[in-house]
Amino acid sequence: MSQFDIEKLPKGPKGFMYDWGSDQRAFKGVPWGKAMMWIFLLSDTFIFSCFLISLMTARASTVVPWPYASEVFGLTVFGTSVPLLLIAIMTFVLITSSGTMAIAVKYGYEKNRKLCGWFLLATAIGGLTFVGMQAFEWSKLIFHDGVRPWGNPFGAEQFGAFFFMITGFHGTHVSIGVIFLFIFSRKVFRGDFETGRRGYFTSMKSDYEAIEILGLYWHFVDLVWVFIFAFFYLW
Amino acid sequence: MSDEYTENKIEAKSADSSSGGYAPPADHIPAKESPDQELYHAKSFWTKWVFCQDAKVIGVQYALTATAIGMIGLILSWGMRLQLGFPETFSFLGPATYYQSVTMHGMIMVIYLLTALFLGGFGNYLIPLMVGARDMVFPYVNMVSYWMFLVAVLVLIASFFVPGGPTGAGWTLYPPQAILPGTPGSGMGIVLMLISLSLFVIGFTMGGLNYVITVLQARTRGMTLMRMPLTIWGIFTATVLALLAFPALFVACIMMTLDNLIGTSFFMPEIFTMGEKLETGGGSPILFQHLFWFFGHPEVYIVALPAFGIVSDVISVHARKNIFGYRMMVWAIVIIGALSFIVWAHHMYVSGMNPWFGFFFATTTLIIAVPTAIKVYNWVLTLWRGNIHLTIPMLFSLGFIVTFVNGGITGLFLGNVIIDVPLSDTYFVVAHFHMVMGIAPLMVVFAAIYHWYPLITGRHLNQTLGKIHFWITFVGAYAIYFPMHYLGFIGVPRRYYEMYDSPYMTSGVGLNQFITVAALIVGFTQFLFLYNIFTSWYKGEKSERNPWKANSLEWHTPDYPPTHGNFGKELPVVYRWPYDFSVPGSDKEFIPQHVAPSEVPTAKVEQT
Repeated sequence: MSQFDIEKLPKGPKGFMYDWGSDQRAFKGVPWGKAMMWIFLLSDTFIFSCFLISLMTARASTVVPWPYASEVFGLTVFGTSVPLLLIAIMTFVLITSSGTMAIAVKYGYEKNRKLCGWFLLATAIGGLTFVGMQAFEWSKLIFHDGVRPWGNPFGAEQFGAFFFMITGFHGTHVSIGVIFLFIFSRKVFRGDFETGRRGYFTSMKSDYEAIEILGLYWHFVDLVWVFIFAFFYLW
Repeated sequence: MSDEYTENKIEAKSADSSSGGYAPPADHIPAKESPDQELYHAKSFWTKWVFCQDAKVIGVQYALTATAIGMIGLILSWGMRLQLGFPETFSFLGPATYYQSVTMHGMIMVIYLLTALFLGGFGNYLIPLMVGARDMVFPYVNMVSYWMFLVAVLVLIASFFVPGGPTGAGWTLYPPQAILPGTPGSGMGIVLMLISLSLFVIGFTMGGLNYVITVLQARTRGMTLMRMPLTIWGIFTATVLALLAFPALFVACIMMTLDNLIGTSFFMPEIFTMGEKLETGGGSPILFQHLFWFFGHPEVYIVALPAFGIVSDVISVHARKNIFGYRMMVWAIVIIGALSFIVWAHHMYVSGMNPWFGFFFATTTLIIAVPTAIKVYNWVLTLWRGNIHLTIPMLFSLGFIVTFVNGGITGLFLGNVIIDVPLSDTYFVVAHFHMVMGIAPLMVVFAAIYHWYPLITGRHLNQTLGKIHFWITFVGAYAIYFPMHYLGFIGVPRRYYEMYDSPYMTSGVGLNQFITVAALIVGFTQFLFLYNIFTSWYKGEKSERNPWKANSLEWHTPDYPPTHGNFGKELPVVYRWPYDFSVPGSDKEFIPQHVAPSEVPTAKVEQT
C-alpha cells in the first residue's frame, strides 16, 4: 500500500477538484481542530456582520443626528484635545499582539518551548491591556460623558446602545482569548505538548497545532476590531 | 445509474487515470491519511450513559429530550384546537393562555423538536456510522452541546412557571409587541425565551462544528463525498445552513433582551401607550424581522434538507433500487441550501418594507421550486418499476412525498406577492407551513425511526401499532389541514383567539370542530407511537442483522447494534455508493459499500 504524501497531490484548480472529489479529507493535511476553528470563525463572522449591519441600519434610519465619533472619543492631553487617541493606542496594542501571536506560532512549530511560551504570554498581556483600556474607555463614557445604552447627550440614543453592545461583545471575545492564552502559555511552559500530558476536561493529548488554532482565533478577533474601528470610530 | 452498462468499465477507466478525472484501479483505495482517532473510554455509569461522549448515546439523548419537549408542544396544540373548535366550552383557556400556547407550540416544534431531532438526534447517531468514523471528531464538545441543549430546554420550561407565564408574542416574537405590556409573558416570559434560544444557538454551534468537520475531515478510506448516503448530505448541508443562519437569531435575541432588560431602543420605535409616550424611540421593528427571517427561512431548510436526505435513502432501500439521479439529488440539496439565504423577505411582504424588495424575493423564492421539483421527480422515478416493499418506513416515505408536493404547491401561491397579500395571516398560511415543514418532515422522522430503530435497539417496533400509527397520522393530517386551506380562502385570520360571529364563520364553525376532533385523534396516536417505542425497547421482536438489507456502513458494523468505537479493530474501506441494489449480473441482491469490486466480478455496475 502506498503511503499518503501530501506533496504528490495535484495543485491549483485541479488540486481543488481532486481534494473535494477524494476520500477521507476535503482539506488535505488540515487537522480537525484547525478546520473546526475556520468554520467556527465563519459562523462568528456572521454574528459580527449582523451586529454591524444592524448598526448601519440604525445609523441610516435614525431621525436624530448621529454623534460625531471624533469628539466623543477624544482625549484631552496636556490641554489639547486629540481625537481618537485612546482608540489609536488600543488598536496599536491589539495589532501588535497579533504580531507576537504569529511569532509564538512560529516558535511553537519549531518546538522552541520557552520562546513560544513567552510570546504567548506577551500576547496575553497585550490582550489584557486592550481590555483594560476598553474598561477605561467605557467608564469615561459612562461616568464622565453620561453615555448610557438608552440615551446620551450627543445625539441618537442608538449610539450608546450599539457602542456598548458591539464593543462589549468584541471585548468578551478578547477576554476569552486572553484566558485561553494564559492557559496555553502555562501548558507550553509546563511542556504538556512534549510530555503528552492530557487535557483536564477532554483527557486528550494535544500538540503545537493547538497554538496555531488559538492564533487563528486571536487574529480573527483583531480583524473584527479593524472593522469595528472603521464602522464605529472612523465613519 | 442508467440503463446502459458498459462492459469492463472499471478497467477501462483505470487505464487513463493520469488524464482528467481521477479514477483509481478497481480494488485500489488511497492510503490512510490520518492516524486512528483516540477515543475516550468511559469507565463509570455516569460517564458511559449520562455525561457520555459517544455520539450514538448523545444522539439518543438528543432525540429523547427533543421528543419530550415535543410532547409538550403537542399538548399545547390541543389547547389551541379546543379553544378554536369549541370556544364557549373550555373556559380555562383564556386569551392569554391561547396566545402562549400558539407561541410555545410553534417555537418548540420548529426549534426544540425538529431541529434538535434531525441534527442533534439523527445527525449524531448516523454521521459517524455512515461516513465510517469511530465517533464525532470532538466527542467532549459534542457532549457539552447536548447539555447546553438540555439547559436551553429547561430554561424554556422554566418560562411556564414565572410570573406572567411564557411569552405569547407568536413564535416570530416580533417586537415591539413582544416586550410591551398587554402581550402575555412580556416580563420574564420573553426574557427566558430569548435566553433559551441563545443557549440553544451556542449549544448547537458546538454540535454543528462536530457534524461538519466529521463529514469533511473524518471519512473512512474510499468514502468520497459523492459516495456518501444522501442522509449525510442532507444533514451536512442543513448543519452548514444552521451555522450561518443561527448567528442572525442570536444577534436578534441579544438585542431584544437588551431592549427588554435595560431599555435600549434597537427595535423600539416611538410608542404611545395609555396616552403617554414611552422613553424608547428611533429603533426599527423591521430590522428585527430581517434578522429573524434571515435565520427563519434557512431554518425551514434546516428541517427539510435532512428530511430530503433520509427519505431518499429509505425509499431507495425499501424499493430495492438505486436512487434516481444521485448527483442531481446532491446538487439540488446544495442549491436549495444556497438559495435559502436569499429568500427570507418573502415572510415580510406585508411588513411595510420597500415593495420593490417583494419582486426580488418572489423571484428567488419561486426559483427554489426548480431544485425541489427535481428532488420530487427523482423520488418518484426511484419508485418507478422498483421492487416496492410496503414496510412502515416506506409507507411514511410515500406519505412524505404526497404531503411535500401538497405543501410545496401552496408555497407557490404564497411566494407570489400579489397572491400572498390577501392570503397573508390567514389559515391558508397555517395549512401551508404545517403541511410542508410540519407534517412532511415528521413523516420522515417517523420513517427514519421505524427504519433505524432496529439498528439502535436490536429490536423491531411493533408492526401492527406502526400501521395504525401511519394510517391515522396520514389521513388525520389531511383531515386537519385540508379544511384549513379552505378556511384561509374564505378569509379566516390566523392567531385569533375566537371568531365570534364573523360572517365567514358560517361554514367555518363546523369545520373548526371537525379539525379539532381530528387533531385530538392524531395527537393521541402519537402517544401510541411513544408507547410502541418504549415497550419495543424490551419486548420488541428481535431484529436480525441488517433487516432491511441496506448497503450503507451503519448496518455492517462488527457488533450489532454498534458499540463504542463503531467499527471494531479496523475501519471499513469503501468501494462504492450505498445504492447498489438489484445490480444486473450480480449474484447478490444488494452490494454493501465495503464490498470490493473483485468480490463481485460479474456485477455490471458503473463505478461511483
